[in-house]
Amino acid sequence: MRHLLSAADLSLAEVTSILDTADEMHTIQQRQIKKLPTLRGRTVINMFFEDSTRTRTSFELAGKWMSADTINISAKGSSTSKGESLRDTMLTLDAMGTDCFVIRHGSSGAVAQAAGWVRAHVVNAGDGTHEHPTQALLDAFAMRRHLGGGGAEAFAGKKIAIVGDLLHSRVVRSNVLLQRTLGSEVTLVAPPTLLPTGVDEWGVAVTNDFDEVIHTADVVMMLRVQRERMYGGFFPTEREYAELYGLTPERLARLKPGAAICHPGPMNRGLEISSEAADAANSLILEQVTAGVSVRMSVLYHLLGGSSE
Amino acid sequence: MRDLLITGAQLADGTSADLGVSNGHFVAPSDVTDAERIDADGLLALPGLVDPHTHLREPGREDAETIATGTLAAARGGYTAVHAMANLDPVTDTAEAAEYLAALAARTANAEVIVIGSVTKGLAGEQLSEMGLMNRSAAAVRMFSDDGRCVMDPLVMRRALTYAKTFDAVIAQHSQDTRLAGPTACCHESEISGRLGLAGWPAQAESAIIARDVELAQLSGGRLHVCHISTAEGVEVIRWAKARGVNVTAEVTPHHLYLGTREVESYDTTFKVNPPLRTDEHIEAVRAALADGTIDMVGTDHAPHAPQDKDHPFDIALPGMIGLEQSLAVVIEVMVDAGRLDWPGVVDRMSAAPARLTRLATQGRPIAEGEPANLVLVDPSARAVVDRDASASKSRNNPYHGRDLPDPVVATVWAGKVTHRR
Repeated sequence: MRHLLSAADLSLAEVTSILDTADEMHTIQQRQIKKLPTLRGRTVINMFFEDSTRTRTSFELAGKWMSADTINISAKGSSTSKGESLRDTMLTLDAMGTDCFVIRHGSSGAVAQAAGWVRAHVVNAGDGTHEHPTQALLDAFAMRRHLGGGGAEAFAGKKIAIVGDLLHSRVVRSNVLLQRTLGSEVTLVAPPTLLPTGVDEWGVAVTNDFDEVIHTADVVMMLRVQRERMYGGFFPTEREYAELYGLTPERLARLKPGAAICHPGPMNRGLEISSEAADAANSLILEQVTAGVSVRMSVLYHLLGGSSE
Repeated sequence: MRDLLITGAQLADGTSADLGVSNGHFVAPSDVTDAERIDADGLLALPGLVDPHTHLREPGREDAETIATGTLAAARGGYTAVHAMANLDPVTDTAEAAEYLAALAARTANAEVIVIGSVTKGLAGEQLSEMGLMNRSAAAVRMFSDDGRCVMDPLVMRRALTYAKTFDAVIAQHSQDTRLAGPTACCHESEISGRLGLAGWPAQAESAIIARDVELAQLSGGRLHVCHISTAEGVEVIRWAKARGVNVTAEVTPHHLYLGTREVESYDTTFKVNPPLRTDEHIEAVRAALADGTIDMVGTDHAPHAPQDKDHPFDIALPGMIGLEQSLAVVIEVMVDAGRLDWPGVVDRMSAAPARLTRLATQGRPIAEGEPANLVLVDPSARAVVDRDASASKSRNNPYHGRDLPDPVVATVWAGKVTHRR
């Protein structure tokens, strides 16, 4: 594997391998001494052109626990048509002998463009409203443990509802692609104004009515309403949104017993998810965060571990 | 300037002739002396092409293009005249700016440069620019456009159409509702934009403005020209307006005739252009409309950009692609070879119609004794793989790079002077 740019790039065998290795990493994470020598001498640069706390920290820990030399660069604001071009930025850092770039960028496609310019491996840590493949992998990791572990068969026939601001979500695009590979049944739920154009062609069920799926879903994944991208009013008020599309205490009570609740964070409590739901016993939200480090260790291992180029 | 003797050329109507050129005009072959001979056996002689829509970038961005390089690219594409868009720096919104551009062109251009003035001061969409003074200036401006931006305010658009009537000028609109196409829009709204996570321009952001503007053209009695029409919906509005007798013309670019939304799947910013590359049904609609005359002409929207303005993420890179050199190639590929347009049709859409748009006296004329000697010699069967580095343009944002296309332009003659010869 040279890069991880899209969840669509991963075969079922690769996904299974990444999740299985992440299981081992997860065990190591429970130890007091977490450090592995695997990536000693390798350099990983985390380039965050967009703010992030959890993803950046998660990748940083993953790199450090694997003994890679990990550098964080916050390049927010450098990305304009007037500033240094993305190409020049990437060529400069690549010329320093970097082994791997982990890139978060506010523009869709920017990570794929960057991968075309550099010699190093590239991991997409979220590009605009396009994809966030390690998030989909960590979601799958947390779900697989919840659904009883095992291999890919854990997902067969399982019903996953992904609810909320699908239009602006890179999480949903990666999850739809990854879950298609894993064989679960995904239903997307959103008001019509927050559905991406052409979503009917994604090969998943789509509905505007959350209550249609609330009692049958094995996993309910709530997506953050991206207030910063709300150009032109996609719904009347936050009150109405919470009532129609939020995981309210009432909907929480109607969930199928044992159904898991996921949220990629950061949460808008009281908007897309109530505090009762976020803190419920069957909420995987903190487990997702823990899984993030394990999965990213596994991804770095798959990209850098075996090779000695 | 030496006389020319062009032998054995075939004209668009199918007849063959030897053509003499002397003092900038076609003359009888017997009337040339000491002539440079061009053997045009097997070649078509067409009137020089006229581009209604060119971005020359001078003054302001001479690193991306100059009048000299842009018009050399034009000559290589068979053009003998280009209309220079007003979105320069400074904007062509005064008589002084228009005259400066015309004077610069007179010294350096390899084709006739017709100056376009802006509709509004500084392209801001608010106050009308000094259209009357530009018209009365030495540049004699007869077309006004804020191209690159849409004149969004319907009242400003109405006033522009009404005011420009006094001097028979045309208002050329970049038809795009800036609200329907939000601030981050950068490609055609479609299944592809949804999948790529790119904000899209819906087709209706174009057709809604065209619909508004044809109503205003009818109300005002002014002349409206629709730049780079790209949608099936827009074409239908034009068809309806023409049936009602509205004074409207429309142009389509070579890239909207040939390239589709799929090109952006690689996030290659060469293919970022405004209006965006559309899907198959729109491409078919603009081809059919160019064939039946609903779309009057081809305009290149040649938009050179320096690499540092393109080497950015897709939503941030500047929109635009070059097109002067491959325009005729594309028209041959998708219209002539496909049996949708004959050679007299090509002459009309690429020379006569754009010349009529600004009432040019010396362009878009037939090839006949006494007429100005503007012509292009065309080899309709030659093909080549396009190499962006072989371009006369200063810029390399060529969307045809690496594609096998017709390579038709053998020679171009502008006002009796050979401006390109292969």
